[in-house]
Amino acid sequence: MDANQILSDVQVVFRDVLDNDDIVLTEGTTALDIDEWDSLSHIQLVSALEKHFKIKFTTTEISSWKGIGELTKTIATKIG
Amino acid sequence: MGIYDFHCLRPDKSLFDNFLYKRVETKIVLLHVKIECKQGFIMLSFNALKKNLKKDYSGFKVVKVAIMADSASQFIKDALKAYGYEVQLNFDIYEAEYSQIDLQVFDPSSELYEFAPDYIIINRCTEKLLKEYNKKERLAQGHYAEDVVGLTRQYFETLGSRLRAKVIVNTYPEINDSVFGNFAGKVTSSFIYQLRKANLGLMGLCQQHKDAFICDLALLQAELGHRFVFDPKMYVNADMVYSLDFFPYIAKNVTDIILSISGTFKKCLILDLDNTTWGGIIGDDGIEGIQVGYLGIGKVFTELQSWAKQLKQRGIILAVCSKNTEEIAQEPFISHPDMVLRLDDIAVFVANWETKVDNIRHIQSILNIGFDSMVFIDDNPFEREMVKAGIPDITVPELPEDPAEYMQYLRSLNLFETASVTEEDGQRTRQYKEEAQRNSLMKSFTDESSFLENLLMVSAPKPIDQFNIPRVAQLSQRSNQFNLRTIRYTEEDIKLICEAPNYYTLTLSLKDRFGDHGLIGAIILKKLDDSSLFIDTWIMSCRVLKRGMENFTLNAIVELASFYNFERIVGEYIPTKKNEIVKNHYSDLGFKNVDGQWVLDVAGYEKKLTFINNQG
Repeated sequence: MDANQILSDVQVVFRDVLDNDDIVLTEGTTALDIDEWDSLSHIQLVSALEKHFKIKFTTTEISSWKGIGELTKTIATKIG
Repeated sequence: MGIYDFHCLRPDKSLFDNFLYKRVETKIVLLHVKIECKQGFIMLSFNALKKNLKKDYSGFKVVKVAIMADSASQFIKDALKAYGYEVQLNFDIYEAEYSQIDLQVFDPSSELYEFAPDYIIINRCTEKLLKEYNKKERLAQGHYAEDVVGLTRQYFETLGSRLRAKVIVNTYPEINDSVFGNFAGKVTSSFIYQLRKANLGLMGLCQQHKDAFICDLALLQAELGHRFVFDPKMYVNADMVYSLDFFPYIAKNVTDIILSISGTFKKCLILDLDNTTWGGIIGDDGIEGIQVGYLGIGKVFTELQSWAKQLKQRGIILAVCSKNTEEIAQEPFISHPDMVLRLDDIAVFVANWETKVDNIRHIQSILNIGFDSMVFIDDNPFEREMVKAGIPDITVPELPEDPAEYMQYLRSLNLFETASVTEEDGQRTRQYKEEAQRNSLMKSFTDESSFLENLLMVSAPKPIDQFNIPRVAQLSQRSNQFNLRTIRYTEEDIKLICEAPNYYTLTLSLKDRFGDHGLIGAIILKKLDDSSLFIDTWIMSCRVLKRGMENFTLNAIVELASFYNFERIVGEYIPTKKNEIVKNHYSDLGFKNVDGQWVLDVAGYEKKLTFINNQG
């Protein structure tokens, strides 16, 4: 799966969990750019991404992401 | 597989043989938003369920619920609200701040009391239980369960003295703290010993408090597994002790309890026969060929029958609906040595070649209960679809293809939640069978009066007393059709009414030549002023419709009113979806409509004709 594909999959998950079809993600997007992305929805996003990519994040990874760029990078490493 | 893999959509492969695994996978693809739990029971995922939150709840019944928890409870709130949409309830939820249970309960001016909920959910988690336990000295650990139960008792007593709410507490899901290993069971002060003792203690406590109910999370976890229920990452990052997809289960469980307390629950189980009640086809295989008993696959059907029999003994009415020749279909019930169910257990037995939709309608007309209180079990997907399409309100479980999975699946649905059990419940099937005899007697008379006279009915009206309070409370919670105002009372409520000086009560029983109906009606009268008596509650079991019980009851009410020198009796009809049959109740009985209320003058009252002999 290439980087674009991962980003586009992540976007699908974000739209579904946050219930907002207008969300457009780029590598530079951070939580500040998306209203619905708060600590409660973050947990749900993590869980949904894990389900979607069939991977598991560690607690350290979850709290270290500064934005979508780092998130997609973690996913890329995990799915190899 | 690792500890986390349970959270993937893909179930642990080792649980399934290849065939089953494929089937389960297909289902996931098709439904997409639903998660699969082991053997087939499908529950919405949290993400799918929460989409309900944006839907329109207007028109749904509002139920006020307070949630107090010792872990973060935001998702319990969301899941409950969203699950309410599935059953057309609009939960108005107050969520207490994190870990404020004591404060909210013991402070009389707390937000909890201001909110005045109908239901209070107290959710306490095992992780906090363990945390508190670990802080204690060994000696104190030895009576930790008593402390937990004692505090819960204080909650119940304090809440009970200030609110009329039902309180729902959970049992603690078990976790192994791995300190004593298996030896923990031999150590009184071990965590696991104390946890189990606390759970038993909580159950005992709820037996003493009529307004307290158990939400059995320990049992839910036993079914789903700790790895599904608990998410370490959620716990560490958000102080949430449950995994996201466990919240819908909590919501369903709590909603099941609330629905049953407020009068919505199943009363009847209708069974198909071939490949449902026994293995094989009686018409083809014959009585020697059908599979039942402890040989091979017969075990499945024996266990299903045993379950049905247990349900019957606690008051669920059993009926049979089968495409068969009646005589052939009844034969196993009469002479097969391994059948658990016998003809006596079945209140209505319908075996013919009509459609099942028609036959279930027929069963409903005999039992006189709502379709929404019936469950129909049939192995044939085609028949199930027909019934669902023809009778949308009935519950039709999607039985797994393999009979070996029937029981595990059926048990996981929690179909028969109940909020009360009384001694009379076990008699219900017998009463419906007697009813069938009455029906055949009725056919031998051309006019209704001679039939009623011939029934030799007697009744003994008397006030509610401590012995019949449970039954009256049950009637109050169950009666939907013959219920003029549908105000639900619990045992506690009725106890208070009996003690109040401005209330009068009557209970009505009915016996006839075929049997005893038991207590079938209740009246609660409230003194409005020195001259007026208000009929707060008039409920009657639909088993005794068309017996002239209404006339008899009114005679008894007027007699009471006259004894206490009231001049008039005031009635009110509050329409619901289900009580249409009593729409004209008061006008039929001669009450006059005065400004929307129904009024009857005691002075000019002429005793109504009745064929029921008063032995009160």
